[in-house]
Amino acid sequence: MPNDPGEPIIRVRGLVNRFGAETVHDGVDLDVLRGEVIGIVGGSGSGKSVLLRTIIGLNRPVEGKVKVFGRDVLRMTDRQLRQLEHRWGVLFQDGALFSSLTVAQNIEIPIKEYYDMPLRLMDEISAVKVSMVGLPGDAGEKYPSQLSGGMRKRAGLARALALDPEIVFLDEPTAGLDPIAAGAFDELIRDLRASLGLTVFLVTHDLDSLFAICDRVAVLVDKKLRVGTLEELLKDNHPWIHSYFHGPRGRAAQYSETGVLTEQKTRSVAPM
Amino acid sequence: MASVAATLVEAEPGSVVLTATGEWLVAKAAELDRRLRAMQMPRDKRVILDLSGIDRLDTAGAWLLLRTEHDLATRGNAVEIRNLRPNFAPLLDQVRAGGMVVPARHPRPAHHTIAGFIARIGEVTLGLIARAYSILGFFGAVCESAGALLLRPRRLRITALVAQMEQTGVNAVPIVGLLSFLIGVVIAYQGADQLRRFGADIYTVNLLGVGILRELGVLMAAIIIAGRSGSAFTAQIGTMQVNEEIDALRTIGLDPLEVLVLPRLFGLVLTLPMLTLWADFVGLFGGCLMSWASLGIDPPLFLQQLRASLYPWTFWIGLIKAPTFALIIGLIGCYEGFQVARSAESVGRQTTLSVVEAIFLVIVADAGFSIFFSALQI
Repeated sequence: MPNDPGEPIIRVRGLVNRFGAETVHDGVDLDVLRGEVIGIVGGSGSGKSVLLRTIIGLNRPVEGKVKVFGRDVLRMTDRQLRQLEHRWGVLFQDGALFSSLTVAQNIEIPIKEYYDMPLRLMDEISAVKVSMVGLPGDAGEKYPSQLSGGMRKRAGLARALALDPEIVFLDEPTAGLDPIAAGAFDELIRDLRASLGLTVFLVTHDLDSLFAICDRVAVLVDKKLRVGTLEELLKDNHPWIHSYFHGPRGRAAQYSETGVLTEQKTRSVAPM
Repeated sequence: MASVAATLVEAEPGSVVLTATGEWLVAKAAELDRRLRAMQMPRDKRVILDLSGIDRLDTAGAWLLLRTEHDLATRGNAVEIRNLRPNFAPLLDQVRAGGMVVPARHPRPAHHTIAGFIARIGEVTLGLIARAYSILGFFGAVCESAGALLLRPRRLRITALVAQMEQTGVNAVPIVGLLSFLIGVVIAYQGADQLRRFGADIYTVNLLGVGILRELGVLMAAIIIAGRSGSAFTAQIGTMQVNEEIDALRTIGLDPLEVLVLPRLFGLVLTLPMLTLWADFVGLFGGCLMSWASLGIDPPLFLQQLRASLYPWTFWIGLIKAPTFALIIGLIGCYEGFQVARSAESVGRQTTLSVVEAIFLVIVADAGFSIFFSALQI
């Protein structure tokens, strides 16, 4: 079942996405390795979410190849895609919980879909997931509208983890959370990765998340991806990447994580 | 694929070994659960959980292990975990950190008991009263806004009004026309079928004239408009509510009633009579064609009979109802739009409610008109 360990778990080659006359991606290449946390960053409207949606088969690209678990996602029948889908979990931006169901029922939906399981065991497993993502015990009985934004994201993550997937796709999981909740969420991802051996595909705007949990970062600039470790990207002198990491917020995030400032002088204002 | 198993072996007196093997994954969880529950759990012994045979482990498997450990411990056994592979340890710790979870209770509709059923009747009744009160309040606020507009007619938003008239009126012409035509055809056909037995074929024309002009033309137009425009009003205003656009209007100093409700309401009050006129005409036309085809009543004869069968006010009775129906539809559509809570789900719910309520009230009002006109003996 697990593909060749040497082969990347997600492989994207020459991806082109176009909406009307506007080209969003023009030859995007990306390899995601098993067990790593990769952060996808880029300006607003640069196509981060589109990239995510393309990989999980919600969006058909104009050109390019997308392989997940070594299998071509774009040339699959719906049925084959279904079979892959339970090996990954997706957390959409606002959790995308089904509003007419309780949190526990939301988590049970994928389990019910794929396995024939006694109700009692399913309830137990959903309760385990609720507690794993750090929600209070009574959260399972609540409806999404009764939860705060941060709790909804945790509940969404619990649903994404319902089938113990190998990859989780997170679309801006910390956007709209207060800094404490965002920090706790980062920690949660880190813990779950350690215990479940997850591969995490993290689309984010949040510099703190990048520095805290990502092994590698892919930056969407000029309709292409530049991939590297943080150290490599910090040295990159592409203007957007430079101002992203060396702007006031970038430096603050670096400082809080590493305790050192890069060669940029603290007071000089980075080009915006 | 390796099979899963959990086997209990009595090793030495007072000591038991529980061996777990295979893939403890969510896919096998149901089978494992069944075996574990069927197992005769020892009491007050020393139990060794030997996990060396576990090849793969996920959250569901880890939960089953911990549940078993807990079950054994509550039976007074001294449980010891042995030979856990080091790479599974973090997962087991993570699940253990959550403690013994209590499964969430699933929501159960409250009215499954007799008391619950009676309580529900009460709730619904009180809800209806509160709703009627609230709609009346909204009507009052709209009247106030409309009154203020009368004093300063230049504040009337002509562009919005015309746009609404186009959307609710002009764009509805084809569908209202088609359905009214078909209604005319159906009535003529059914009427002819019945009346022919008495040799009273010609009275099909009377049936058509009175039926369509007094009742069906305006009702058809109103019901189509309730489904088409009343729902659109709710959805539009409701979506604005979700996006906080209504609040934005207020903070800019604009009155949402004046900006959003009055143009829609006036537009509808102006267009529904015109649509009724159109529905009347097309309905009679359909009836006329059908009478010609199935009864041989040619159009001149049809018109002659039609003129003879109608009182002068038959036509006006239908038309008079149109603005009232328009007011009901517009008012309910806008009111339900403002009732939308800040979720997409509630837009859908209120839209459905708006259509049902508007059609209900239109028919109630129609019945009211009938009583009123019969009291006037016209």
